[in-house]
Amino acid sequence: MVDPVVWDIGYLVSAALFILGIKRLSSPRTAPQGNRLGAYGMLLAVLVTMAKLYSDGLIGIELIAGGLIIGTVIGAWLAIRVEMTGMPELVALFNGFGGGASALVGFSEVLDRISSDGIPDAGVELYATWIAIGLSGLVGCLTLTGSLMAMGKLMGGFYIPFTKKDDRGRRKWVNFPTWGPPWLNYVKGLLLISSIALIALTIQDPTNKEYVYYLVGTSSLLGVLFVLPIGGADMPVVVSLLNSMSGIAAAFTGFVIGNNVLIIAGSMVGAAGLILTFIMCKAMNRTLSAVLFKSFGGGGKETVTRTKVGSDPEEVAMVCDGISKCVIIPGYGMAVSQAQHAVKEFADLLEAEGVEVSYGIHPVAGRMPGHMNVLLAEANVPYEQLIEMDQINSELPECDVAIVIGANDTVNPVARSGEGPLGGMPIIDADKARVVVIIKRSLSVGYAGVDNDLFYEDKTMMLFGDGKKMMNQLNSAFKDL
Amino acid sequence: MSLTLAALIGSITVFVLAIFLGFELISKVPPTLHTPLMSGANAISGITIVGALILLNNNEYTTVDGTSVAQWLAFAALVMATINVVGGFMVTNRMLEMIAGKKKKKGGD
Repeated sequence: MVDPVVWDIGYLVSAALFILGIKRLSSPRTAPQGNRLGAYGMLLAVLVTMAKLYSDGLIGIELIAGGLIIGTVIGAWLAIRVEMTGMPELVALFNGFGGGASALVGFSEVLDRISSDGIPDAGVELYATWIAIGLSGLVGCLTLTGSLMAMGKLMGGFYIPFTKKDDRGRRKWVNFPTWGPPWLNYVKGLLLISSIALIALTIQDPTNKEYVYYLVGTSSLLGVLFVLPIGGADMPVVVSLLNSMSGIAAAFTGFVIGNNVLIIAGSMVGAAGLILTFIMCKAMNRTLSAVLFKSFGGGGKETVTRTKVGSDPEEVAMVCDGISKCVIIPGYGMAVSQAQHAVKEFADLLEAEGVEVSYGIHPVAGRMPGHMNVLLAEANVPYEQLIEMDQINSELPECDVAIVIGANDTVNPVARSGEGPLGGMPIIDADKARVVVIIKRSLSVGYAGVDNDLFYEDKTMMLFGDGKKMMNQLNSAFKDL
Repeated sequence: MSLTLAALIGSITVFVLAIFLGFELISKVPPTLHTPLMSGANAISGITIVGALILLNNNEYTTVDGTSVAQWLAFAALVMATINVVGGFMVTNRMLEMIAGKKKKKGGD
């Protein structure tokens, strides 16, 4: 037997590496190093644990090695294979796994204790352990099902397996639902209360496994209902909040197994995720409770009655000839059509003509915090050209052409009026530019369900079509000038 | 392992202090780093892998009829946590390489 203090010191070093890692992740220069420090911290924690298990007598080596290998292969495969556009879904999925793992550890512990007479007598230990198990189960299950829902919403929908393929070889596509009548909030409240009541019941009657199963049910359902009403522009907030909750679940698991490194890393991630959540809310000028409990848009979608004649790429190319300043404003549509490389090519063409090109990035453009930045970085857009909202807004009045690609709500001037679902949300003032080019499939409303006056202005040119296709046509039209 | 009140208070102290530390660590993050920060922090929350490992090796599991339900749950937890950890750090690294790679090129010319 090795003195347990040795393991605690190892875990302490690992916790310190996590703290340094998170700190460095928040600055561009040190971020890659921060991520590596975090990974080293994790490796150390696993090695210390393995050494500890070895000295205590390793019995489940086949399962341990098997689990580690399976997890590593799947995780690495997903991480290598993912496209930059699919990043939000993958982060949501990983997040769900983190929460699910915490919940499973809690349930494994409680089942084991019940079946092996490991239930402590009434007292501090019983209360503390059972509350910790209950909370790690509650938060963990909620994070798992909530993240899976979020992943479905980020994908937009899914193909139903085993249905008949159409002539293009695709199966039936179903859009992921966003649904939330006001009374759903009471259902959620009721589920939360009953989950907490179930935790209390498990303390009263620790040998009863049924309460544990009920808790799994209520908290999983709560996770589904929690994310169900939230859609569109609010997704970055939810993903970030779920990230925070997976940390909290890990911290509760730390209480279950009495391990400080879990408590430190988990609660730190929880707090950091919460900060990011508030940053997102602030960017949308919405409070967290409004995001969570008031369903956004969806319900009262305005029907589009006005029409606008579309322009063609040749026309736009001519307008862009001889200008001096161009601002590109991307949105989720750019991600969907994978147009980032075509956008970059267009920017290169303009720059070759001496045009000053910059990108106006709305904080909640896309479906994940910082989504646009990651995509454009993939297309080799220089970091210096990505301009934040406040700064680009002061430059837009001097801008000759603003090109809006796949964005809608984030450039909707109605937000300035302070009314409707978008009221008060800070926007990019694309309408201040001399000419506005909007690349979009149709005139249809964005996620907020509000019609966009910008489309119908005289200085606006609409290019109807798929973002990537239109950008490519624009590029060849520009070359032919 | 029996849990004393003193040990519990110690753990709660760590918990509360770490939450404050988390709030203080990140005050201002440039939008470029929102996704990598989230994904990196997410990978760190996979620390629950330690819990899964410890439970999977629990002596008490070895029941007469082999592996118990509790042990299979711990195994599933280990797989999930490992996916979270390995995938999370790798994906974050990929994103950061893209962002950092850009800056290096810019500095070069």
